[in-house]
Amino acid sequence: MDRFVWTNGLLEMDETLVIQQRGVRLYDGEDKAKLDVGVVLLSTHRLLWRDQKNNECCICIPLSQVIFFEEQAAGIGKSAKIVIHLHPVPENKEPGPYQQSKYSYIKLSFKEHGQIEFYRRLTEEMTQKRWENTPVSQPIPTGVGTKAGRTRAVGIVGIERKLEEKRKETDKNISEAFEDLSKLMEKAKEMVEVSKSIANKIKDKQGDITEDETIRFKSYLLSMGIANPVTRETHGSGTQYHIQLARQLGDILQAPLEERGGMMALTEVYCLVNRARGMELLSPEDLVNACKMFESLKLPLRLRVFDSGVMVVQLQSHSEEEMIASALDNVSDKGSLTAEEFAKLLGLSVLLSKERLLLAEKMGHLCRDDSVEGLRFYPNLF
Amino acid sequence: MHRRGVGAGAIAKKKLAEAKYKERGTVLAEDQIAQMSKQLETFKTHLEEFASKHKQEIRKNSQFRVQFQEMCATIGVDPLASGKGFWSEMLGVGDFYYELGVQIIEVCLALKHRNGGLITLDELHHRVLKGRGKFAQDVSQDDLVRAIKKLKAMGNGFGMIPVGGSYLVQSVPAELNMDHTVVLQLAEKKGYVTVSEIRDSLKWERERASHVLDHLLKEGLAWLDSQAVGEPQYWLPALFSELLSRDVTPEEANQMTP
Repeated sequence: MDRFVWTNGLLEMDETLVIQQRGVRLYDGEDKAKLDVGVVLLSTHRLLWRDQKNNECCICIPLSQVIFFEEQAAGIGKSAKIVIHLHPVPENKEPGPYQQSKYSYIKLSFKEHGQIEFYRRLTEEMTQKRWENTPVSQPIPTGVGTKAGRTRAVGIVGIERKLEEKRKETDKNISEAFEDLSKLMEKAKEMVEVSKSIANKIKDKQGDITEDETIRFKSYLLSMGIANPVTRETHGSGTQYHIQLARQLGDILQAPLEERGGMMALTEVYCLVNRARGMELLSPEDLVNACKMFESLKLPLRLRVFDSGVMVVQLQSHSEEEMIASALDNVSDKGSLTAEEFAKLLGLSVLLSKERLLLAEKMGHLCRDDSVEGLRFYPNLF
Repeated sequence: MHRRGVGAGAIAKKKLAEAKYKERGTVLAEDQIAQMSKQLETFKTHLEEFASKHKQEIRKNSQFRVQFQEMCATIGVDPLASGKGFWSEMLGVGDFYYELGVQIIEVCLALKHRNGGLITLDELHHRVLKGRGKFAQDVSQDDLVRAIKKLKAMGNGFGMIPVGGSYLVQSVPAELNMDHTVVLQLAEKKGYVTVSEIRDSLKWERERASHVLDHLLKEGLAWLDSQAVGEPQYWLPALFSELLSRDVTPEEANQMTP
């Protein structure tokens, strides 16, 4: 708390208020600060706090002093907090409520909630660091000195002119990026129009398209991120890229699948493959489209969708009858099994073991006992 | 799709058809495709130029990302459809969101044993940020929502339920209908709900309330406190998070379950 300085609470010329929240108590490290509950304000440049009962009591700290901050969840009888870690006290610091402190962090305790939004805005401001672009003319103790050669404007006219300058500069940076983005989007839009026109012609059979040309067209759509309007062709929605990918997956997934009883949820595959790649990651759709090609490429893997909507990749060698038979064996052996017990037995994930049991049930080999204690399967004796 | 005609007669017929089309000023599809290839090259150049100036902006500024995504959606382009897409390759947006997808899946998996596969967007956000470390790029809740939308393609029951001004993220294919959703929303304030509260607030009969609560219990989304003072309380772990259990890191979870 010894980083705070007294302030009149008025915002500087280039400073904008971002968010404020009442009902906040300050903590000096782990100890409650010797202040009452107040309003915390976040500006583009500073973090301020004002006593709710005594408005004259107002303190602040520049955002540049913040090293790091994190959330502390609420507990029983405890409000949610944001913990803010700060740089050491600068030498030329103005007076504040505390002369010294044994802590290098403070906490904001949100007694009337609002911590979620506040945290979000604080994150934004700390990312954008807007105070660096428009330093306020009043000397705020920071590690960096005020910009050289910036004269203090005098009179209303001078102030207004400075405001305009600053606004233009910031606007220019932002608007340049958005202008470029808009121009880019115009061009992208043209590409979308062209592809729509081609798709319509293919539908109306205006012209003679070879398979080759279709494949090329699909790869253009893929590059642009345009959904393929001409579906259900011989190769499905796959392109050359997906065919290659399918073959790669065929290699990479053999061993992991064997280890996991021949079946993996698609989300597991996604994580496995992308963690291994590190860069140039696959999109979820890339993975699904590649897996759809397993069968037509005669690879020993299959993409399978269960009734519940769960998608898995399974080894071709893993026939359905085998899985069901072994499920029945296991259940008969133990008398009855829940998905969790079955999972432990086989070393499968709970999700997939449940699917197997459901499948066996669907085929009439198992029946269920559904209670609040869980879903348990028994051999079907009917 | 049909094979190109063979034989002199077929060729002649085709030439006639083509001539007719060209007369009307229509460009044939195959010609347009050839043309598109050139246009694509031009577009790629523009995108490269844009990337060289603003790639950092997209990476660092979540607001700019939102703008970018919304503009793409307006014109009918999905920059996240494929890792092989231009957007992904040149602006690096792909890797950002796909990696986020991996982190989301891992967090959900690590906590599933505790909350049954339901987690608040806030908690998910908090844990993803924690997992990424202090020096990683900032991730906004909008980023998470977009990444989750993409994960839906893999069919594993990823979905979002609006609750109390934010969302609950579902990562298991549990069937949750309107009744379940409404009860979740009711429970959001305190982290738990009772049959009486449901009857008072929603004006349901006892049976309907019990039915919904039983389903949540079965799916592992709710825990029953039958020793509570008054009447049994149904707690939703998704809503009370770190309070009662030890924190499990994704690494630990990976070791625990295959």
